Amino acid sequence: MLDDFFIRALLAGVGLALTTGPLGCLVVWRRMAYFGDTMAHSALLGVALSLLLEANLLISVFAVAVAVSLLLLLLQRVHALSADSLLGILSHSTLAIGLVMVAFMTWVRIDLIGYLFGDILAVTWMDIALIWGGGTLVLVSLVFLWRPLVASTVSHELAEAEGLHPERARLCFMLLMALVIAIAMKIVGIMLITALLIIPAATARQFAGSPERMAVLASIFGAVSVVLGLFGSLYQDTPSGPSIVVAALLLFIISLLPRPGRQEAQTDLISGGRR
Amino acid sequence: MLAEPGTSDRILVTMSNAGIRRQGRWLVRGIDLTLRKGEIVTLIGPNGAGKSTTAKLAIGVLKADEGQVQRSSGLKVGYVPQKLAIDRTMPLTVERLMRLTGPLSKDRLDAALYAVSIPHLVKAEVQHLSGGEFQRALLARAIARDPDLLVLDEPVQGVDFAGETALYQLIGEIRDKTGCGILMISHDLHVVMAATDTVVCLNGHVCCRGTPAAVSQSEDYRRLFGASRPGIAFYNHQHDHTHLPDGRVQHRDGTITDHCHPEDGHHHDGHDHDHHHGHEHSHSHSHDHKHVHAPDLTGDRHA
Repeated sequence: MLDDFFIRALLAGVGLALTTGPLGCLVVWRRMAYFGDTMAHSALLGVALSLLLEANLLISVFAVAVAVSLLLLLLQRVHALSADSLLGILSHSTLAIGLVMVAFMTWVRIDLIGYLFGDILAVTWMDIALIWGGGTLVLVSLVFLWRPLVASTVSHELAEAEGLHPERARLCFMLLMALVIAIAMKIVGIMLITALLIIPAATARQFAGSPERMAVLASIFGAVSVVLGLFGSLYQDTPSGPSIVVAALLLFIISLLPRPGRQEAQTDLISGGRR
Repeated sequence: MLAEPGTSDRILVTMSNAGIRRQGRWLVRGIDLTLRKGEIVTLIGPNGAGKSTTAKLAIGVLKADEGQVQRSSGLKVGYVPQKLAIDRTMPLTVERLMRLTGPLSKDRLDAALYAVSIPHLVKAEVQHLSGGEFQRALLARAIARDPDLLVLDEPVQGVDFAGETALYQLIGEIRDKTGCGILMISHDLHVVMAATDTVVCLNGHVCCRGTPAAVSQSEDYRRLFGASRPGIAFYNHQHDHTHLPDGRVQHRDGTITDHCHPEDGHHHDGHDHDHHHGHEHSHSHSHDHKHVHAPDLTGDRHA
């Protein structure tokens, strides 16, 4: 029989993967991978702030991620710097500030590796309830926001002209991202959250004929990666978070292998070509 | 432009003295424009004249920094944007594209694709369509939602010669059948759709407006092409001012001003309705306008 901690890890990981699937598709379509990374890295600043202010960890991480994404929007409007450079500045400086703040707080003992790379084997039933509750909230919100989000991915102006309020949808999308990052931090860690968003979505692209199918497939591939990664880490005694990401990567590589009856779309993702 | 009595219920959009400024520069200014049900308005003008900007102002994608834009309540817009880049990472068939901004019954979907002659492409991925096919799919999507106002930003770009005529005919039929208003941006400075009720020539402001002359009446056109093409018309115009390369404006009375604004006292009714052909139309990117251009030969295509 499997140990109780392993069952908890499986439940937590699968719950998270089901949530990150559709969200990850939107990240891939909107070319926001680096943006996701930036939000995730800012989580460490959230951790440091929660320790300093003795505030709830989840809420601080969420608040910092939201603040960083709003700051980015603001800077994009004011400054002449490219979004790319701004993301680089925010991403690494929030991570660095977080690390520096943690070093200053000599009175707290902090498992830095756990925050950076996750500690899925230590999840509690409370964490699982949070993951499934938060995940359900995210998925239900996405159902309502799906049409404006997909439409504005195709064309922001089109969505605006036809009354879908894409700006509102985008704001909600950022809040959902921040929420998922706050939840996911414990599972795969700050450094690897984006991998769980992007890799299953990229794998799903090779098999999907519609945005909706891609979203569902991404959830399934993510869940499979979690299961494979966790069993791999159990039998090979490897770190669990990175093992999940490696499993996701293996699935992606397999998806790239030539299959009968489908040659064209396979190169699309790599070349990233636009029409 | 004041509406005549009894027609106010047909008004979809009224723009009065509308302008939009970005980084201290007016993209367009002093735009007066009324869009009504059942009417086709075509915007023409050189690159950077603010045609797309004006269309976006009209439908609320951009907000006016000056003046007013009023839309009738519950206005349903069908929009074909000038440029649309669909990321290859999104699997999107024509069928899914048709339902992009709202649900659509299978019957309506098929009918719209049939109307633009691409019913066979319903399952095709949009990234694999040719420019002309994609343009038709976008048009089908916009008409399928049964809009009150169709806004078409260069709807025939990438469509071949015969297809262009067919699409213009279709757009005219849609107007006749549904009674919707149409705001169209032409990719050509002089050739517009024949069914156009009003042509508005823009260059940062409304340079002139009028009705198109039928191509069949244009001898130059006949000389160039032998026979007339149905659905295509010719807009003949003469301006009272010239846009200099540095952005200033030279008026017919010789004065030079920094901007071109209707109330600056330099404008006269310079529009010319008598169909003579040696018209002057010198914009800052001036090229020879002394003859009639064919849509595919001008080099005026907007990138």
